[in-house]
Amino acid sequence: MRERHHMLPVWFFIGMLLTIYGVIILITSIVDYSQPSSAVLSQYHPGIWGGILLLVIGGFYTLKFRPR
Amino acid sequence: MAFPFSLAAAVVWSGSDRLVKLAPSDLLIIGIYFVMVLGIGIYLRRYASTSNDFFMAGREMSAWVAGLSFLSANLGAIELMGWAASTYQYGILAAHFYWIAAFPSMIFLGLVMMPFYYISKTHSVPGYLQLRYNEATRALSGISFAVMTILMSGINMYAMALVMKVVLGWNIHFSIWVSSLTVAVYVALGGLYSAIFNEVLQFFLIWLGALIIPILGLIEVGGWSGLQAKIFERMHSSEYVHLWSTLGSFSSNPMGVNWAGVVFGLGGAIAFGYWTTDFLVVQRAMAAKDLRSAQLAPIIASYFKMVVPLIVILPGLLGLAVLPYHLVPESAMQPGLHSYNEVLPLMLARYCGPGMLGLGITALIAGFMSGMAGNVSAFATVWTYDIYQPYIRKGMSDQHYVRIGRWCTILGVVLSIGTAYFVTHFKSIMDYMQALLGFFIAPLFGAVIMGMMWKRATPKGGFCGLLVGTVSSVVMYTAVKIHPAWVRYVALSPDAKDMAENVYRALWSLLISMFVIFAVSLFTEPKPKAQLTGLVWSYTTFPAAEAMPVWKKPIFWGAGVAIFFVVLQWMFW
Repeated sequence: MRERHHMLPVWFFIGMLLTIYGVIILITSIVDYSQPSSAVLSQYHPGIWGGILLLVIGGFYTLKFRPR
Repeated sequence: MAFPFSLAAAVVWSGSDRLVKLAPSDLLIIGIYFVMVLGIGIYLRRYASTSNDFFMAGREMSAWVAGLSFLSANLGAIELMGWAASTYQYGILAAHFYWIAAFPSMIFLGLVMMPFYYISKTHSVPGYLQLRYNEATRALSGISFAVMTILMSGINMYAMALVMKVVLGWNIHFSIWVSSLTVAVYVALGGLYSAIFNEVLQFFLIWLGALIIPILGLIEVGGWSGLQAKIFERMHSSEYVHLWSTLGSFSSNPMGVNWAGVVFGLGGAIAFGYWTTDFLVVQRAMAAKDLRSAQLAPIIASYFKMVVPLIVILPGLLGLAVLPYHLVPESAMQPGLHSYNEVLPLMLARYCGPGMLGLGITALIAGFMSGMAGNVSAFATVWTYDIYQPYIRKGMSDQHYVRIGRWCTILGVVLSIGTAYFVTHFKSIMDYMQALLGFFIAPLFGAVIMGMMWKRATPKGGFCGLLVGTVSSVVMYTAVKIHPAWVRYVALSPDAKDMAENVYRALWSLLISMFVIFAVSLFTEPKPKAQLTGLVWSYTTFPAAEAMPVWKKPIFWGAGVAIFFVVLQWMFW
């Protein structure tokens, strides 16, 4: 969606937020890699997978809908 | 609202009695969310300069944005936490509220009713009633909607603050004020633009934050068959995982309802009432840029609605299977026990480490805030267009009404805060409020649908039908409260439980409303044809459909979701 008056599309804001979250979660999970939390199934490192997923989705929206 | 960590910790933590402990990265994620939603509100302020911008988002939203916003406005506190809790209590029967209570009515809105709302260019559902019937019908509908919206908003807010207190140990006043003032600022600045932008943002957060539960949960229990086996092992019953096979009688399922109540009461009266006439959601579709987009918005939303059980119903079922203790009703709460309402945060805490937990908590906060933003933006619109403009200050400038809309947003939030504190002192009000909301929904649908489909329905008929339908619902509710045994008359069985009473009461009030409209209309004067053009089926010329591939047509996607619905019912029969 790109509204009138050159309004930034909502997808750009979503992309930015998800990218920032992806970076935070990925860094946190990498730092804690050798000391998994007490969460169930933490041996699968869901934080790393989740961080990558957020970065991919966020990066896609940020790049596709960035202001030109 | 980004606090330094130490300050945030000092302000928000009211003690160590909490389910989960947040790491600095979790707090950072939550803080960034608040900064982002406020930033969006500040950015959008410049675009919300006219009343059409502020109240209707300029009517230029794409189908996707309107559709996701349409769904998010419904993903509030009660929706997320409440239905996960209900699933823990009743099993997969709670999914009926996402499937039969959503798909048929949302498709009906898109294909049948939206053209009337859109072509009539009304600003609200009460506005449609004014055009179709008269001022009195609009006033009755507008005032009841405004009151109900504020009360529901306050209850959502209280529910959120309670969860934050129980889960995170946050001070209840801090939760109420920070979240509500944030909503007030961003909605007052950007109006419906801001509400819709943030609702779409919140949609992504809710999904990405909560999806970890079903994924890791199913890995832990060994898939769907493993989940069924574990629930049977713990509950000694298979009725928690069947959608229809236990609905043969009121006594054969935990919800105490039968199939007729689910199909006609829930899927008919309640669902059609909510999705097609509750302005909170309909306003989002009305903001679409053209008729096709407005029709597609609820249809797109219906696809996502059908999969919301993945992040709400499945966590409730997983809670039944894997939590090492049994949860209890709120009324049986004692120190050391956990209530049904805590099942979703408990499951988040079970699977999420630092970072992911922050995202999950942000998803819950986002859900609460999107529900509240939906309520206050709808309140501001109905108050300004349907109460202030016609009855208090007619003929003022457009800028004046935008200013009133901004102040109404603030007023709506302040009143919601008052309601939230009211509820903290009278907690049983929360139970009554759900019923109270139901009083208005089904009769309103009766008035709107009769008005759209029957050209002979008269202004007096519409007003009387709406009024008598609502009063009849209140009378039935009160009668059962005074004489609980009378549930056999309302819900057709002495074995009926609360849910059955709710769905049958809605069904009767709808039928009563429609009957009264029919009967009164036969003896009163209808509006002339010229005043009904674009408002009634037989007097409306719909715009010729553009030439487009079949897969771009709303009916194609409506048929698709119908197939999806049938497959889901068969899978979980």
